[in-house]
Amino acid sequence: MKNTEVFNNRNVSENGYYLVDIADYPTDGWGKFKRVVKRTFRGELFVGLWVVLREMIKFDIHTIQYPQEKMPIGPRYRAVHEMKRLWESDAERCIGCGLCEKICISNCIKMDTRIDEHSRKEVSEYTINLGRCIFCGYCAEVCPELAITHGGEYEQASEQREHFVDYSYMLTPLDKMKAGTQVEFEGFGSITPHEDERVKKTPLAY
Amino acid sequence: MSKITINIDGRDVQTQEGEYILNAARANDIFIPAICYLTRCSPTLACRICLVEADGKQVYACNAKAKDGMNIITSTPTIQSERRAIMEVYDVNHPLQCGVCDQSGECELQNYTLEIGVDSQSYAIKDVDRSSHDWGHLHYDPGLCIVCERCVTVCKDMIGDNSLKTIARGSDAIEAEYKESMPKDAYAMWNKLNKSVIGLTNGTDVLDCTSCGECAAVCPVGALVDTDFMYKSNAWELKQIPATCGHCSAGCQISYDVKHTSIENPENKIYRVMNEWNYVSLCGAGRYGFDYENRVSAKETAAFAKAIEAFKKADTVAFTSTITNEEAYLLQKMKEKFGYKLVNNEAKAFQTFLSDYSDISGTKLYGSDLKAAHNANFVISVGAALKSDNPNARYALNNSMTVNKGAGLYFHPVSDPIIEGLGKSIMSVKHAPLQEEAVMYLILDLFADKSKLSSELVAYLASFHSKKTITVTETVKEKVVEIIKEMKKNEESGEEEEVEVEKSTMVNKEVSKEVEVDENALLALVNADKSFVEELDKNLKKKDAFSLIVGPDFYTHPNAKNLARLVALVEKYSDFEVVMIPPLTNSLGVALICELDDTKGNFTIGYNTKGDFTLSALGDGDLDMPAINQQEGTLTSINKRVNPTNAALEYKGYELNDIANALGLKADNVIDYTAKLPVAAGFKTEEFDALPNRYENDGTEVRGYILENITLKVSDDETVQMYNNAKLEGTIVYIANPVRQFTAFTNKTTALSQVGGVYMSEEFLSKSDLNEGDSVRIKSSTGELVVKIISDNKIAGDIALLPTYDSKINPEVITSGYRFAVASIEKV
Repeated sequence: MKNTEVFNNRNVSENGYYLVDIADYPTDGWGKFKRVVKRTFRGELFVGLWVVLREMIKFDIHTIQYPQEKMPIGPRYRAVHEMKRLWESDAERCIGCGLCEKICISNCIKMDTRIDEHSRKEVSEYTINLGRCIFCGYCAEVCPELAITHGGEYEQASEQREHFVDYSYMLTPLDKMKAGTQVEFEGFGSITPHEDERVKKTPLAY
Repeated sequence: MSKITINIDGRDVQTQEGEYILNAARANDIFIPAICYLTRCSPTLACRICLVEADGKQVYACNAKAKDGMNIITSTPTIQSERRAIMEVYDVNHPLQCGVCDQSGECELQNYTLEIGVDSQSYAIKDVDRSSHDWGHLHYDPGLCIVCERCVTVCKDMIGDNSLKTIARGSDAIEAEYKESMPKDAYAMWNKLNKSVIGLTNGTDVLDCTSCGECAAVCPVGALVDTDFMYKSNAWELKQIPATCGHCSAGCQISYDVKHTSIENPENKIYRVMNEWNYVSLCGAGRYGFDYENRVSAKETAAFAKAIEAFKKADTVAFTSTITNEEAYLLQKMKEKFGYKLVNNEAKAFQTFLSDYSDISGTKLYGSDLKAAHNANFVISVGAALKSDNPNARYALNNSMTVNKGAGLYFHPVSDPIIEGLGKSIMSVKHAPLQEEAVMYLILDLFADKSKLSSELVAYLASFHSKKTITVTETVKEKVVEIIKEMKKNEESGEEEEVEVEKSTMVNKEVSKEVEVDENALLALVNADKSFVEELDKNLKKKDAFSLIVGPDFYTHPNAKNLARLVALVEKYSDFEVVMIPPLTNSLGVALICELDDTKGNFTIGYNTKGDFTLSALGDGDLDMPAINQQEGTLTSINKRVNPTNAALEYKGYELNDIANALGLKADNVIDYTAKLPVAAGFKTEEFDALPNRYENDGTEVRGYILENITLKVSDDETVQMYNNAKLEGTIVYIANPVRQFTAFTNKTTALSQVGGVYMSEEFLSKSDLNEGDSVRIKSSTGELVVKIISDNKIAGDIALLPTYDSKINPEVITSGYRFAVASIEKV
């Protein structure tokens, strides 16, 4: 947090901002000709080739071998959605309130709900049309139950990107819950720090 | 009622003398918060949030009447603190699960909590067990209930079922300290709230009412919801299509709430029906009978070609009145062009009745509407099984009794526990079938201005009266003086001595007297109770607005012409305003637009009725037609209003206009005919798209237009035939539907679908050796049919009901037109 405070003051004359010194561009034909000759005979090409050759010999390669290798991504990354389960009961967190369906600005979420055998609201089907989704994160932000979140799965190439992502695909698998490896999303919609201090308590008679 | 001016928050507003402040404010777009008040019902005073200051005094806007020059302030610091405390109390222990509540944001608790700005809670009380109840077609969750009692009020004041009441909550008392610390009204409101929840009056856990669902519609929170709709959809996902209900002649304004069927099926489906419950109340058929659409996957060209062929061959089109005005006009055009006979018995009977009525009244239509019945304080219903012929007429009758302190008279051969249950001031008179004329003579005799009636009629009415001497025993109070000896202490001597004391006592004494009374033979003819005259006198006190509802029994009566003339006489020579119930949805429109014939020709096209070639919106004919919820068009209601209705669902097949176009009439859409409806019959040349369909804030109905009541030439002949003593005796069958059923269209819907039979009262069944479920043969002089017995606790007495809603039962074989018939009922 503290590091970013520096940037909040955008007053250029104060915070040590300075203009980059850029030499004037040539304006006449002779000046332009001199620049071409200078660039051509400085041998910059060989400087570059030497770097490549040196690194090849040293075998110190920084290129990531995608798709065999993948970069680690941040916990706030907004890729394909996930549906989380409750830690206590492994039950689905989604209560079917429909807020994500309402807030979705590209109108790609659709859900069907019904009454279940315990007279509770149940989501019978839930789909996200990834062909339309712009991964804005509003659905995760509006979710009152931290149920729908974004995940780290960004690979969604297929012949038909419009293939729906359905409910069972998005739900955390039960074996993952048993192993306790469900990862909480830290991006849009997650609980901010100091939330407890900001909540006003309601009096209860018991 | 005179116009007065009051001042609300510095604004002068015009209103009626005696109008509630809240209504005056609402009519002028001034906001006063109110939860428990329902327009057209009596104030409940449960929420107390409508508190305002009138001339420096705090009053409740919902039950304080406006006086001329009154100065009203809608918000002061005290009132604000009361309102804030009231909303905080409503939020005490209210579950914070708005995400799964079926109200889904259309919640008055949510709205007012935010409006008043409640951001913290100061009160608390221990909650009690408030688990939810399944009451049949409704689901009640006391946990969400704020006990505003709107459901109880609407059921009592509007519907008349009296099925709901408040019952004990069984909660702890509110902590004593709150009495001092809380604003006064908020404390009083909490005290009441804390003692009650909503329960059923019948003592069970299942509703046994006419199942209109109005209580769920008025619920400001998600406490009362339709079981079928529970958790199906959020309100904001539904698109509201303004429409007019197509089931009966009341023509209620409704909105069809539509959404795609499911993720797999993008086709629209109706999820529920909503209404402007402050100004219109629906019945169970209107609310739950919405999915009667005729789903057709594509245009059937082969069937269409056959239809055109059939139309070329046909000489008759038979139809029912479940069509729009535009379709009726199309049929009339086709008649004019191709010479078809148009056959529609029920509309024909109504048409003839109206024209016979016009001979005396001088107007094409009856003079009044159901709104007048709502506002009347003495309502008479004749010739109608009111609760099933037109539920809105029943609501009008009940509403006039509960809110205007009115009274009513219900003349009908079938005794009806629902009507009798409306209250003490309704008198049911169970006359014999065919005796409707006697009823009309009785009404003339009781209410007509005899100085204006023709002398023959006055003499005829007088002939029913006779003087009779009867012996009455009266109780007289008499003073009896006794002399008693008493022991008394002499104060001077201090000794006891005997004193004589005079004591007078009042003693009741019975005296027999001979009195000469007037006997009205008409009363005996209609089987009125002995106490009828006495009770009527009591009920007629302070009554000044009279309404007469005439039902469909009259139109098919063998002496319908005479009855029509009698109805006109009652309207002309008494204070009664007359409204007639059209037998089906658009019978009035059809009667005004079409020239109808009596008999069919050789080859008949049936539209929604059986013919040699059948067009059917029920999906069982030779060519499919769209149902009313798939059509644009107008419907003429009992209130003489031409109401627009819109297509809620897509229709992919052919409609009547396509046939007409193929036959040479040209119109792109059937609504092109709206502006062409006959002006001579009272219609206006208004385009369909210009017709509004809404209610204003002051309750003004801005829907379509009102038919002009054309003045006709009156003949001076006002003679009526004498009363005819014919009556039906023996086992009688009556053609009428149970509640929530009107036609095969209501029966097609998922919520209302049932198998028809003969409906018998529990009393009837217990007296006979018949049981529910038995198959019986009903045989009359005209025909017979075999049906199963259904026990119906919504009727009483010994007349059996045969319904028209089940297309497998054709009750027409039993009667020759009149709704009553003598028939034998035997077990098979």
